[in-house]
Amino acid sequence: MSEALSVHPEIVTTHDVHHDEHGGGHHKETFISKYIFSMDHKTIGKQFLITGIIWAIIGGLFSVLFRLQLGYPDQSFPILETFFGHWAKGGQIQPEFYYALVTMHGTVLVFFVLTAGLSGTFANILIPLQIGARDMASPMLNMLSYWFFFLASVIMLSSLFIQTGPASGGWTIYPPLSALGQASDGSKLGMDLWLVSMAMFIVSSLLGGLNYISTILNMRTKGMSMTRMPLTIWAMFFTAVLGVLSFPVLLSGAILLLFDRNLGTSFFLSDIVVNGEVLPNEGGSAILFQHLFWFLGHPEVYIILLPAMGMVSEIMSVNSRKPIFGYMAMLGSLFAIAILAFLVWAHHMFVTGLNPFLGSIFVLLTLLIAVPSAIKVFNWLTTLWRGNIRFTPAMLFAIGFVSLFISGGLTGIFLGNSTIDIHLHDTMFVVAHFHIVMGVASFFGMFAGVYHWFPKMFGRYLNNTLGYIHFWVTMVGAYLIFWPMHYEGLAGMPRRYLDKSGWVSFNQFGDLDKMITVVSIIVFAVQLMFVFNFFYSIFKGRKVTTQNPWGANTLEWTTPIRPGHGNWVGEIPEVHRWPYDYGKDGRDFIPQTEPIGANESKH
Amino acid sequence: MDIVTDQQRKKLHPHKFTLWVAIASILMMFAGLTSAFIVKSNQANWQGVEEMPKFFWYSTVAILLSSLAIQMALRAFRQREMGRYRSLIATTLVLGVLFIVFQWLGFGELWDQQITFKGAGGGQFLYVIFGLHALHVLGGIVALIVMFIKAFFGKTKTYSSVPVEVAATYWHFVDGLWIYLLVFFLVIG
Repeated sequence: MSEALSVHPEIVTTHDVHHDEHGGGHHKETFISKYIFSMDHKTIGKQFLITGIIWAIIGGLFSVLFRLQLGYPDQSFPILETFFGHWAKGGQIQPEFYYALVTMHGTVLVFFVLTAGLSGTFANILIPLQIGARDMASPMLNMLSYWFFFLASVIMLSSLFIQTGPASGGWTIYPPLSALGQASDGSKLGMDLWLVSMAMFIVSSLLGGLNYISTILNMRTKGMSMTRMPLTIWAMFFTAVLGVLSFPVLLSGAILLLFDRNLGTSFFLSDIVVNGEVLPNEGGSAILFQHLFWFLGHPEVYIILLPAMGMVSEIMSVNSRKPIFGYMAMLGSLFAIAILAFLVWAHHMFVTGLNPFLGSIFVLLTLLIAVPSAIKVFNWLTTLWRGNIRFTPAMLFAIGFVSLFISGGLTGIFLGNSTIDIHLHDTMFVVAHFHIVMGVASFFGMFAGVYHWFPKMFGRYLNNTLGYIHFWVTMVGAYLIFWPMHYEGLAGMPRRYLDKSGWVSFNQFGDLDKMITVVSIIVFAVQLMFVFNFFYSIFKGRKVTTQNPWGANTLEWTTPIRPGHGNWVGEIPEVHRWPYDYGKDGRDFIPQTEPIGANESKH
Repeated sequence: MDIVTDQQRKKLHPHKFTLWVAIASILMMFAGLTSAFIVKSNQANWQGVEEMPKFFWYSTVAILLSSLAIQMALRAFRQREMGRYRSLIATTLVLGVLFIVFQWLGFGELWDQQITFKGAGGGQFLYVIFGLHALHVLGGIVALIVMFIKAFFGKTKTYSSVPVEVAATYWHFVDGLWIYLLVFFLVIG
């Protein structure tokens, strides 16, 4: 091992020579090597973003469709039959279709949009640019990471078009429902495609994660010590660590499930009767799958949330013209969240017959997450406090993120208690909680990132007016959609049900559900407006004319306006200070590349 | 294409570092499977593997020898004894393939003991866990084939020992993983 770890300076020197020519004139690029099978981290990031946007439209549309069912259970929409045929017979969403929509909405949004689309995009674009590297540690693996994601996307998309439909047992694919084809249509071919697609997805995110970690730890420019890294990079780092350690466990669960489905093993199956037929499977444990699933599943919510937190910290500091409050505390709390993420998975399983004593330990660990979360919220608020706030669309989304994180986080304290969870589990309260705190909040972080770094990505600005409309409608809409769900959940209204009109006690919520549906259609339309803004601005947006449009300190703004592969022309700049010297010694901002002055005060 | 900055001198080569992170990741998958095994083995009606097929002992010998061979190959490469390096890489490759063959025969032996895919006991876990391990060895074999082709037919001279080191480290890892899994099944299974 020690031999394998030894370092060979002579080899490295040859690389250096090679790399200094790398910045300016570049090897020939064809259309294919530049835009399709590109190894440039910036292009790969854009590929992730655009694929993520397409998935977000699909996943969002699914939610609009099942909201139609939830808001108007008796109404017939003939147009649905035109589009979906027997899935919407008589213009009404059929039960199988409804469950397929719910499952695919969850799968697509959690994995394809908020994991690949969010951390895939911004880890790729920001890591080399902000730490001062020409590219990732292994551009080849990075390219493969995108193409595995693309393959996963194609397989998942194809499952939407097969006769028995896509997987429909919920995004958590609990066996035995997901393991037995005779149990539901969605557990036939659709489920196999789901598992294969997810296996490809896991390979993609592992390849990406490996690269992010080794790039951050090995490829920082001179002077860029770990504590001089922007918080975005720290967040991406912990995200990658979480992914690399938890996705393999989901893969092992998925492999066991594939065996159960296709080869006749009974890892998760025991004592089952389907349609009057007694199955031979014996000795399996369905709870075992939940342990394997949630060991990934819980870190997964932080994989989604941490990049948003990192970007919000950075954007908030830049647009408050103030240093981030409590850099080390921010870092420590990211670390604490990453550790705790692995120790709380069983809070998803309080009502599965989990030993109550064990449950109480998971309650304690779960509630402990409130501590680092509160530290982060405090630091964001104190960063805003008495700042010279510039309300750019990116900044508005960053502030919106904090609002959503607070209101969604507070309901987490309810759900984290195993006793209250007996009443609240599997109700609309849970839906409200996780949509606000990880769904919409992470989307806000993503939007903030897109508005903030769009000039770096495409050399043009997004349209501001459309940006403000986008923010306000989404912000108000998100609360209008998800806030009332808390009341429904407290009243005991179950989630995932097709039609609740059979319960007299839930009839009082009929109009509320109609309102939620109408608002979600409006919010969806506004997201389409954002997509229009995005693509229009790539080609026709206002051009960026200065290198550093936001007056930011970090390294990505020292590159040319449209950087080539290699990012910097000539030498990579050297770093002399942390990235948050805003409003210091009477100066608006001091870039990281500027050496410490003789009489400079300490930060 | 490697991209390495000035500072890189003092640090681990990024590709080697990436490998170590990948190893951590692979370990997590096997940790997931073996802990599932432990949880299940404490439940009622557990059926373990009574008798470990003898082919798994042969495969242990094969993979241990192959580890030795690749280590010697690495040393030969560093000393620029390319003839020795080629024959040692070829030896490693043959021993690796032999390992896979022995695993296959071991599975066959187990199948003949009436331990099939039916059920959820130690045998079924063994197929999954040893099978996944064999897939990782196969991945290593693909890498070895690439190195073999380069060593025998490559036109350009390479002096960097990084690719060989990365392959050797990975190979030692799948070797160590195999020993761990075998001991795990002997003790707990």
